[in-house]
Amino acid sequence: MSNKTYSIPIGPVHPSLKEPMTFHFEIYGERIEKVHLAPGDNHRGIEFMGRQRNPIQIIYLAERICGICSASHPFAFCQAVENAMGIEVPEKAQYIRAIIAELERIHSHILWAGVAAHELGFDSVLFLSWRAREEVLDLLEYLTGNRINYGIFMIGGVRRDITSEQITRIKKTLDYYKEIYGKLEDIFLNDPTIALRTKKVGILSKEEAIQLSAVGPTARASGLNKDVRQDQPYAAYADLEVQAITPEVYSGKVNGDVYDRIVVRLLEIVQSIQIIEQCLANLPEGEIVAEEKLVKLLNLIKKAQGEGIGRHEAPRGEVIHYVKLNQSELPEVWKARAPTYNNLMPWIPMLIGQQIADIPIVLASIDPCIACMDRVTILDRKSGQKNILTKDDLHKLSVEKTRRMAQ
Amino acid sequence: MKLNKYFERSLWVFHLNTGSCNGCDIEIVAGLTPRYDLERFGIKLVGSPKHADVLLVTGPVTSKMADRVKRVYAQTPDPKAVIVVGTCGISGGVFYNSYNLSGSIDKVIPVDVYVPGCPPRPEAIINGVLQAWIKLEKLRKTLKDNSPAK
Ligand code: SF4
Repeated sequence: MSNKTYSIPIGPVHPSLKEPMTFHFEIYGERIEKVHLAPGDNHRGIEFMGRQRNPIQIIYLAERICGICSASHPFAFCQAVENAMGIEVPEKAQYIRAIIAELERIHSHILWAGVAAHELGFDSVLFLSWRAREEVLDLLEYLTGNRINYGIFMIGGVRRDITSEQITRIKKTLDYYKEIYGKLEDIFLNDPTIALRTKKVGILSKEEAIQLSAVGPTARASGLNKDVRQDQPYAAYADLEVQAITPEVYSGKVNGDVYDRIVVRLLEIVQSIQIIEQCLANLPEGEIVAEEKLVKLLNLIKKAQGEGIGRHEAPRGEVIHYVKLNQSELPEVWKARAPTYNNLMPWIPMLIGQQIADIPIVLASIDPCIACMDRVTILDRKSGQKNILTKDDLHKLSVEKTRRMAQ
Repeated sequence: MKLNKYFERSLWVFHLNTGSCNGCDIEIVAGLTPRYDLERFGIKLVGSPKHADVLLVTGPVTSKMADRVKRVYAQTPDPKAVIVVGTCGISGGVFYNSYNLSGSIDKVIPVDVYVPGCPPRPEAIINGVLQAWIKLEKLRKTLKDNSPAK
């Protein structure tokens, strides 16, 4: 390290990932030269706890791996157990699962759009998009009983049916989103200031995305055509022919910058609306769960032996759960891999060469939600002088840059 | 709306995540945004504990975070109130048998208000903040009455 670089630790309070984490940036002037990541502050030992609970109890633990993806983890986990036990999930349950998962994607992407706007200094847009997000939360509450941590998944199906009168209500919410989508798109994609702050910022090339196995919108924004719903369709997606969305669809080319990540996420909101509509149109009749009686289900689990894998395209990318059952109530192994785990390393090529003021938006661009970046200490190695930068200061830097560029 | 005597001045809140699942954290932000609109009471999230009157703490306190929680608490100026949002901060919740927890939160720092729920609804969080506010104003008053300047 040359003696002209500064070292900036950030964190560890940087939640909303599974792990809040510590960053160390090495800065030359305003330019980021090196990035070190040190996750682990939020380690709760979920897999360890899972090995002391039966799979039905684990569903609720899996929901609480992440409150934002609280449909994705149980979705993948239930698939893994069903895979291990050879349970056939009724068709209607497959469709309900897909509907809930897509509703979650809508809420998560709008949440992200608000956070991204906040990082750029557009708090009015944060409020606007979070107001819009409340509608889908209302709908989720109406369908599942909860705004967050829905508790609707069960091994072998789902716990609540979608009735025909509920369908009317779902359609109403979808219409609301179709109506406001134009507004959201206009704000995010046509606003010159957002374009200035996000175009050619935080670039991840296609090669880097492949090498670092990025997933989800982060990978798709770099032009990687990958989406579990397209590549290995599961649940209702097998009937729906989902296409992975890359930024070409919108602009004809792929830059892999923050702007492209906004494009992909916004288009995915539309895609989710379409998927739900298709699901509703083709919603089959019948059972919603393979084995209704929990005691009986638990007995089946106790007898089961085998390994299973469940994959799901969560809003942030592919989530994989692996389960090994060995004729016991407790699973022998449970392993969960969340998408942000893959998307951490791509941060490094994205951040190198950027300015300090770009850190918040680049970090936010993979969608980990930087809610509480605790503080930053700038240590001038030569003079030993210490400046404390709080998350606020960092945010202020970012906002100031927006203002400068807007002039 | 007529404000009662407790609404002497705006309340600034610092939100601290000690290893939560985010469920509570996004409900806190939802409480600030237009549907629930905490800001109409003058309640604002701030970026540093040094500016805060109230700590909103979520999560079950992982071992690595325990020390940071104490430090954030020490940095918050008196009089202060601590609100725990979410069951996992109150009792460990679903994480009760983890090997990596120093929590619940009240084992690490003193707590004034508990808001149970996994996650609690934004209305409950708002109610929790208002309870803390009332407590805080009482504290302020006692401090004022007992100050030597008087
Ligand atoms: S109380 Fe529940 S929802 Fe809230 S952070 Fe803890 S586990 Fe998540």
